[in-house]
Amino acid sequence: MNTTLEALIQTHRDQAGALLPILHAIQDQLGYVPAEATPLIAKSLNLSRAEVHGVISFYHHFRTTPPGKHILQICRAESCQAMGSRELEAQAKVVLGIDYHQTTDDGTISLEPVYCLGNCACSPSVRVGDEVQGRMNAAQLEALIAELRQGATA
Amino acid sequence: MSYKIYVPCDTTAVSMGADKVAAAISQQAQQHGLEIVMVRNGSRGLFWLEPMVEVETAQGRVAYGPVRVSDVASLFEAQFLQAGDHPLKLGLTEEMPFLKQQERLTFARVGVIDPVSVSDYEVHGGWLGLRNALTLRSADIVSSVTASGLRGRGGAAFPAGIKWQTVLKAQAEQKYIVCNADEGDSGTFSDRMLMEGDPFCLIEGMIIAGIAVGATQGYIYLRSEYPRAFNTLKIALANAKAAGFLGANILNSGKAFEVEVRLGAGAYICGEETSLLESLEGKRGQVRAKPPLPAIQGLFGKPTVVNNVVTLASVPVILAKGAEFYANYGMGRSRGTLAFQLAGNIKHGGLVEKAFGLSLQDLLNDFGGGSQSGKPIRTVQVGGPLGAYVPAEQFHLPLDYEAFAKEEFMIGHGGVVAFDDSVNMAQMAQFAMEFCVEESCGKCTPCRIGSVRGVEVMERIRNGENREANIELLKDLCDTMINGSLCAMGGMTPFPVLSALKYFPADFGLNAASKV
Repeated sequence: MNTTLEALIQTHRDQAGALLPILHAIQDQLGYVPAEATPLIAKSLNLSRAEVHGVISFYHHFRTTPPGKHILQICRAESCQAMGSRELEAQAKVVLGIDYHQTTDDGTISLEPVYCLGNCACSPSVRVGDEVQGRMNAAQLEALIAELRQGATA
Repeated sequence: MSYKIYVPCDTTAVSMGADKVAAAISQQAQQHGLEIVMVRNGSRGLFWLEPMVEVETAQGRVAYGPVRVSDVASLFEAQFLQAGDHPLKLGLTEEMPFLKQQERLTFARVGVIDPVSVSDYEVHGGWLGLRNALTLRSADIVSSVTASGLRGRGGAAFPAGIKWQTVLKAQAEQKYIVCNADEGDSGTFSDRMLMEGDPFCLIEGMIIAGIAVGATQGYIYLRSEYPRAFNTLKIALANAKAAGFLGANILNSGKAFEVEVRLGAGAYICGEETSLLESLEGKRGQVRAKPPLPAIQGLFGKPTVVNNVVTLASVPVILAKGAEFYANYGMGRSRGTLAFQLAGNIKHGGLVEKAFGLSLQDLLNDFGGGSQSGKPIRTVQVGGPLGAYVPAEQFHLPLDYEAFAKEEFMIGHGGVVAFDDSVNMAQMAQFAMEFCVEESCGKCTPCRIGSVRGVEVMERIRNGENREANIELLKDLCDTMINGSLCAMGGMTPFPVLSALKYFPADFGLNAASKV
């Protein structure tokens, strides 16, 4: 793990304002930013560990625990609310049996809120990984979740 | 012969199945032994028709939509590649009223061209502004932008030319152009559409800004929620560089400019310019006190132009066609066009670029076609989560910065989110406070603590606890947030709250006749 981290840090450390690019590179590779990364980054960028931790914890995008196999995000912003996203949120929580920022027991799906995906002309929207799906409805969401579960067991 | 066909690669088009449709078309074409050239263009912005597929004909491009994978076989049977008749046929794209009634200056090429082709961009009028700028003195470029009347399209509407002038006058060995592409407002997608559909337009605007103020390095700070825009920008930057439009010697002019795209990390506050600069520097995205202005001490302490995507992307047309051409659109002090975005509960959601001055009514009915649900539109939130809720009785207002400000509304980034009569405005008011809790950077107390107290007070009001007294308390709290916050996050969160209270008192459990 440390070799991977060191290599990623090394690739980006000379950029101006290198901390965010480093954190992105780590999360892209590992799915999260592990605790071991903090002291390594701090040393490399000549920052305190508190400063690095402060940055990681400030941004919603960075996570410090491994996510489920799929990250399902539901847009909570106004445009999606106007098209029924509150019902979709409630449905997802019931079907998955988890709340936001949690992962199903089988490690398949992590549920996360998101505030706007820029897909507002086709609200409501959800996203799995990088793939946005517009005009979501209850039946489609149920099918989507079933598909994600299926894919995980296959 | 081969047929030319356009299938958008825009996020929204793809969210409605454009990638699958593209694959199905390729497969069917092969089966039929037909040779096609497929361009993955940006979106024309008629999102309710996405995926909207266009075929090139001698008369112009003909559109079909919304195309589902299950429609593809029948489209081939109908010989759509030769503009054959089909229930999904929409006719000539340019003649569609939603598009024809627009004034596309900044978005002229979006959906038309291959987004990452330097030459396609040039054929459609690209690089002309830059070529003109290279023949001008710095101060003349700046005066041209000032004379055009262009104001910041990110929301604050500050005159772009004045900002540029400040950076031009500042003495420093390094200056920066920073593009704010942290488009976090709900109901907005114009930045995304432009970056995915015509990235060179933004890049050209940034180069011109660099030449104008003497900056050699540009950064695009892009929100991490836009991975497609990120990829498109990276390809476009590489292509622009290979063609000599970026680098140490732009078009052999002796001028240098480089652009790098950086990803944000899911913090709404980083759309605030000083917070964005902190984030670019690799720090927590906490707001800075102003002064000093970023134009004097910005990124890494150097003079910095921070402009929104659409602001910078409006610069090429100003330099290409002249300040006067641009300034001839609009009304009052709102010159030029704005890319309005129709979102939420609206039948025809999409992008409408029009000169300032049309009314909300026209935008919602003529373009939007009313609500998606078919129920009356009760209110629209204009300008993102910090914008006021405008009630139906004010839909006659012209879309003009000053006319809106007079009523304590805001145009902001031009996002218009429609709600039908099923909306509970007290719930939306509470949400405004909840959003502020979630996204406050935490630097100043009115925003950090005020928003938490705001949620609590709203809960009590909605539960009917001591209602009159709690509404007084809410108003007092809003006053503190408006006047005591360091930036617009805390300072404007009260606007959706107070407008909901003012125009929809019944939703707060008050007698409709109560004075609030």
